[in-house]
Amino acid sequence: MNDALKNVGLFALVGALIIATGIGQSWNSALLILNMGLISAIMALGVNLQWGFAGLFNVGVMGFVALGGLAAVLIAMPPTTEAWAAGGTGVILALLMGAATIVAAIMVMKRLPAGRARTLAMLAVLIGGFVLYRAVFDPAVEAVEAVNPAATGYLGGLGLPVLIAWPIGGVLAAGVAWLIGKTALGLRSDYLAIATLGIAEIIISVLKNEDWLARGVKNVIGIPRPVPREIDLQNDPSFVERAVDLGLNPVTASSLYVKLGYSILFLVVLLILLWLAQKALNSPWGRMMRAIRDNEVAAEAMGKDVTARHLQIFILGSAVCGIAGAMMTTLDGQLTPGTYQPLRFTFLVWVMVIVGGSGNNFGAVLGGFLIWFLWVQVEPMGLFVIQTLTAGLADGSALKEHLLDSAAHMRLLTMGVILLLVLRFSPRGLIPER
Amino acid sequence: MDFLNAFVALSNFVLVPAIAYGSQLALGALGVTLIYGILRFSNFAHGDTMAFGAMTTILVTWWMQSVGISFGPLPTALLALPFGMLGCMALLLITDRTVYRFYREQKAKPVILVIVSMGVMFIMNGLVRFIIGPDDQRFGDGERFIISAREFRDLTGLREGLAIKTSQGITVITAIIVVALLFWFLNRTRTGKSMRAYSDNEDLALLSGINPERVVMYTWLIVAALATVAGVLYGLDKSFKPFTYFQLLLPIFAAAIVGGLGSPLGAIAGGFVIAFSEVMITYAWRKVANYILPEELQPDGLVQLLSTDYKFAVSFVILLIVLLFRPTGLFRGKAV
Repeated sequence: MNDALKNVGLFALVGALIIATGIGQSWNSALLILNMGLISAIMALGVNLQWGFAGLFNVGVMGFVALGGLAAVLIAMPPTTEAWAAGGTGVILALLMGAATIVAAIMVMKRLPAGRARTLAMLAVLIGGFVLYRAVFDPAVEAVEAVNPAATGYLGGLGLPVLIAWPIGGVLAAGVAWLIGKTALGLRSDYLAIATLGIAEIIISVLKNEDWLARGVKNVIGIPRPVPREIDLQNDPSFVERAVDLGLNPVTASSLYVKLGYSILFLVVLLILLWLAQKALNSPWGRMMRAIRDNEVAAEAMGKDVTARHLQIFILGSAVCGIAGAMMTTLDGQLTPGTYQPLRFTFLVWVMVIVGGSGNNFGAVLGGFLIWFLWVQVEPMGLFVIQTLTAGLADGSALKEHLLDSAAHMRLLTMGVILLLVLRFSPRGLIPER
Repeated sequence: MDFLNAFVALSNFVLVPAIAYGSQLALGALGVTLIYGILRFSNFAHGDTMAFGAMTTILVTWWMQSVGISFGPLPTALLALPFGMLGCMALLLITDRTVYRFYREQKAKPVILVIVSMGVMFIMNGLVRFIIGPDDQRFGDGERFIISAREFRDLTGLREGLAIKTSQGITVITAIIVVALLFWFLNRTRTGKSMRAYSDNEDLALLSGINPERVVMYTWLIVAALATVAGVLYGLDKSFKPFTYFQLLLPIFAAAIVGGLGSPLGAIAGGFVIAFSEVMITYAWRKVANYILPEELQPDGLVQLLSTDYKFAVSFVILLIVLLFRPTGLFRGKAV
């Protein structure tokens, strides 16, 4: 009972922080924090599934988040019919050929006896396949990217409602996680961590460079939204009337309305995932996972298939991150591959899980909200602190200028300090595992 | 003659840059591998340690430049390097005292130390950006080239030029000296031997009276020196920007792992494997091919395996391929 009270208190505290932002700054920014907090909480749930339940050290969160974002583009954007006509089939054919090459190479490796002949045969298959693939792929891509490059220059998506992209983002991330898990989960501890870190970077480079897929660094903007546009609301007389009745400026009211719409959608997703995660944690399956995490050898001796279970939870956790990624891209209304950085999308999520409490779903959710709030608010707070500290210095002095300019970098420092303090003095996090 | 031209073109665009980059990676990977071998965790803060060492050196360089100290044709940064090392050593020793020692005494799991190093990474990253800012800083001075492409052409009469930057020459020479010193230290001195003993078998080393805290301290001192040298050389060769150094973490880890974590020789080999594959896979081979192939076989395209934008991803592809066939790297590294 006491624990429950403390946990409710912690959530209430974060709620109060967000409400204080609403009163002190603006409700717009409070809702912005809330929305990204909801998404962060989902990412933290995904990482908690892998690390808290099963002890899998995945530092490739960013890659799965980005894949979710890609799904939003592939599902919701209208197809570029001209580009499909120009080179769509060629691209698809080339990709199939690439996949066939890899399958063939694996077959060669499995069928032939080990030795020089096998190595040479594999190399021949790989090199020959690569040359063929490029021969089909390059002209097709050129044709696709030549179609109206300033506005499209990519194949576009399916033109379906964007909400469908959320589960599809999860599926896409799960598929890639399966591929990675199949190859990388056999690796030991730190080797796995670095491998996932590298794979995330590979995914981002593909997103940045394959313009036919999602315009690369030219960004896809104007992804359709699941909620009405502000401008439409402002032109809707009944909405304006209701806003005026409530004593609100219609412009502010429309932006609040839209953000609240997102909040409700995100909250529904978070609650469903949280409910599922709780169910999983308190099931025989969850207990088995924790047994594997705590003592792999003993669990294996009890007849548990450790590798298969690891693969399973790696896929599930990555899928959750993919869903969050699709939601985030929907919220932004654009896919900007250049903005995916490991500090923000991998390591910060890890701080959320550790600070909140790994192994406890509520802890991860709390960590998501709290750390996101701090990430946003430390910058103005840091600036305020520095302004106060340097108030005594003469205006325009080099030191003062430098300190004021540098205040923005306080947030990284603060995140590090928070992480270290929690790890040192409360290593099980704010809401520890029961 | 065309064969010579092909070789010069290859040296200019592939061999020289890859050797310089490989040396920088090898020095970084040596630091990572030493920490893994002796302190038994993957230090995510290594890129930012390099940034801190380089930053201290840059600040001292600027001061030296402002009072008129220079190193003739060589960059002043080399004179400032020892001061940078001292600054970095102080930082790492303080970090060990305040952060890592607690977990060592607790005998915390290695993966906890990795997460702790993430926190340290955040702090160091913030600290560097706080002090020097997030922008590009240039601090190289002295002669720019050992030999420029034009001089080379005039000298040899070949059609292709070969340019070697001073920073590239310095990188290779410094790296050789540093690596020789390191191996001499590890193989010949008492402290070095005790470090290797501790790395091979902790319990046995403790039994034979090796003081673990001293081993740890020496490790951090060496790591600080290596990180500073690697950071300064990279900064002289390319440029100094905190974010780039954080990103360097990835190829450095790739190098250390490809070689086998915990193996110093592996780290050096890994550094060159990664550097050469990065440069060679993203290089457009048409020029070289045109020199050596007969007219009718000359390619129309660039003969580039991957576009240069994939430079960063290449190191991981290599890493994954190596790990698939040798799960602990080429030189059979450790796994804790």
